Amino acid sequence: MTTVSRKHEEVAVMAHLLRRAGFGATRDQIDKFIVKGYEETVEDLLNPVAGEPEDQDLMDRYFIASVEARSVGHADPQWSWRLATSDKPLEEKIALFWHSLLAVGGIKLDHGLEMLTEIDLFRRLGLGSFRTILFEISRNPGMMYWLDNQNSHKGAPNENYGRELLELFSMGIDDMGEGAYSEDDVKAAARAFTGWASKPTPPPFLLGPFPMEFNFDESDHDNDDKLFLGETGNFDGKDIIDIIVKKRATARFIAMRLYLFFVSDDPNDEEIERLTDIFQETDGDIRTILRSLFNSDHFKSESVRFKKVKSPAELVFGAARLTDRFDIPDMDSSTLANQSMFMGQHLLNPPGVEGWHEGEEWVDSGSLIERINFAASEVGRVDSVGIRRMIELVELAGDDLQPAEFVEACLDAMGSIDLGSDSKAVLVDHATQNGPDPSDSSGGADRTVEMFQLIVSTPDFQYC
Amino acid sequence: MANNNNGHKEKNLVVIQLSGGNDYLNTLVPYQDGQYYDFRPNMGLKGEDLIPIDDRIAFNSHMGTFKNLFDEDKMAVMMGIGYPEPNRSHFRSMDIWHTAEPSTTSAVGWLGKANSLLDPEGKNPITTVNFGRGLPRALAMQGVSVASVGALETYGLYTGLSGASNRDAMLDTVSRIYQPMAEGGIPSRRILETGRGALDGADLLREAPGKYSSDVEYPEDNPIAQSLKGIAQVMSADLGTRIFYAAHGSFDTHTAELVNHALLWDQLSVAVSCFMDDLKQQGEAENTVIWMFSEFGRRIADNGAGTDHGSGGAAFVIGDSVNGGLYGDYPKLGLSDQLEGDVRFNTDFRHIYSTLLEDVLGVESEPVLKKKYSTLDLVRS
Repeated sequence: MTTVSRKHEEVAVMAHLLRRAGFGATRDQIDKFIVKGYEETVEDLLNPVAGEPEDQDLMDRYFIASVEARSVGHADPQWSWRLATSDKPLEEKIALFWHSLLAVGGIKLDHGLEMLTEIDLFRRLGLGSFRTILFEISRNPGMMYWLDNQNSHKGAPNENYGRELLELFSMGIDDMGEGAYSEDDVKAAARAFTGWASKPTPPPFLLGPFPMEFNFDESDHDNDDKLFLGETGNFDGKDIIDIIVKKRATARFIAMRLYLFFVSDDPNDEEIERLTDIFQETDGDIRTILRSLFNSDHFKSESVRFKKVKSPAELVFGAARLTDRFDIPDMDSSTLANQSMFMGQHLLNPPGVEGWHEGEEWVDSGSLIERINFAASEVGRVDSVGIRRMIELVELAGDDLQPAEFVEACLDAMGSIDLGSDSKAVLVDHATQNGPDPSDSSGGADRTVEMFQLIVSTPDFQYC
Repeated sequence: MANNNNGHKEKNLVVIQLSGGNDYLNTLVPYQDGQYYDFRPNMGLKGEDLIPIDDRIAFNSHMGTFKNLFDEDKMAVMMGIGYPEPNRSHFRSMDIWHTAEPSTTSAVGWLGKANSLLDPEGKNPITTVNFGRGLPRALAMQGVSVASVGALETYGLYTGLSGASNRDAMLDTVSRIYQPMAEGGIPSRRILETGRGALDGADLLREAPGKYSSDVEYPEDNPIAQSLKGIAQVMSADLGTRIFYAAHGSFDTHTAELVNHALLWDQLSVAVSCFMDDLKQQGEAENTVIWMFSEFGRRIADNGAGTDHGSGGAAFVIGDSVNGGLYGDYPKLGLSDQLEGDVRFNTDFRHIYSTLLEDVLGVESEPVLKKKYSTLDLVRS
């Protein structure tokens, strides 16, 4: 490899990491991370500074109705702002991951405050132990209500939570062609969780929502022995989770989901087995698994680049971040959540307990038009700092660029992204036929922005 | 109109969603029932605010068009429609109407499913056209494409972009990109085909207004009238669209109900009047059935300035081929007949859905509703 192509590859790999572990990065940010180094950057992403962000107070003052939010509509400006501006992108990304995997439907819960509490739970714990995540979500009042554990009583268990815990949250219905658990295991799990419920607490202000808290009712808990996945004892919910987390089916299920979310829509058995082993060796430590995932040759290889369809949230916040325009939490940032909804991902309101169907299913003809129009308008914001800088970078690439060089310069300026050769050839054609316009008073900037807009319109751009 | 091989009639379905919870009691007013006025000391309608249709029930006076349609036997009024164990959250109750699943949550809409039966291979990306931004869950189903249109004239790519001076050349380039390509590129065949369908559908829809001519003048400042105009335009362009969707509201009249409820029905009354005239001009009157529903009715007792979320409600089926009249029973208002302060429903809305599916769209209702619900004799072939 020549020095030039090695440098190019280094930039491409860093850009790939930042698209997957975050929402992409500007060209200048990529250079800063390269100075830091790849593995150091992975460590920074994996270890975000804990605690409430400095701008929480600012956000609360701007989005008054989102404080102790009543509905999802009141709550989503808070998450929109974080997704658009957070400098701890993996913290937001992992919250999105768990939000779809341990999905609580806003439609039934209809409680903005509880939905935000849950996203916070995922931020705080999402990169830690899977055992802790499962335990805390099983004590989460929103989840208990959503999956009817309120109605699960000693002598009359409601099986909803026990079933989804096994089927959708941990082991999966089908482990390598075999059922990982039986109907009797579902019933035993349901009995172990009897008495786990929630109660409302006084609202913080008149007519405000009732914050919910976990409540264990000992008198409603089934204290008899249960036979669960081959073990017998007077288990409660915590014991059930302990047993589940030890199973290889659970390790494989979570490894698979992490792979699909961070690496590729197309599962690679060998890599998933490797991640499954790490899950078992570390008792399900998500941070260790992701460290190994991001640092692997497999992740860095060209074969998995642009192999994942961007979710609406990835597309919206990725494109919006290119403009670098969010100084204060105003309407401008809060409407981004609506854009994601128009494309089929209503944040804080997953369509059901299965979360969203990801991958190619994100794109239908209606959502594709929304995706293209939104991204084209974002990269057309010539008054924003971010887009001005992108135009400048293309100018700095040279005065007399050939069409192919011009397209490459645009792709590089947008955060070192790439297109397949077919799409690229059509864009080079476009640049050839639509050369500098003599009446153009923008010094070529119009044509550059036009190329940015065409790039985000390609099918290739739908992938990250 | 055609009969498919199941012997079902095939017509267009136009859904008008009354968002926010339309107040049933002030839409169909039980004006001879003293209890109505007892419970509604502030919101009770009387005198010239009423258009009686019989000796029990009057329409709200802002429903003039609907009174005419009712007199012409073109409007079926479904009284006391609802579902078991009513939910008074807008969100959840609308979801129940959208998915036809009162007891569980589902990501599949009843019309999304109907679309998949009308066009199993997904050949026409505009079998369903929604007027509005974002997809109502009623139309949602994985693999089903629905065009969501703000305004037809500006539908498609780049129409809202400022400074896109070279738009035609850009569209031409995009169109060249969304073509089947050699294997091994980044985008999958499926994404390329989806893009192709989206671009073709957008071209067809944008051209629809140019092919349309009509003497009907829809008021400009009336959003539901403009949506219905768009629907008439798409219908006249004959693009194979079968399901049309539009929403009107907000009917969430906790306060200032008398003013706002009247305004909403005035707008709707004018809009539907224009639309029915237009359907006649376009030759679609016999082929088209309108379905109007709301997520719930409102409390029997008023709150002084408006009414709060309730249950049970009224819904309407309208069209030249509809057997007009009153259906169901007007729910009783007495305290012992109430359900937690609301009217009780007596007709499960899924009977209407099965009727619309079988006798309007011409598809089997059981795969959509998961159970056979008997149909009503609402629509003539």
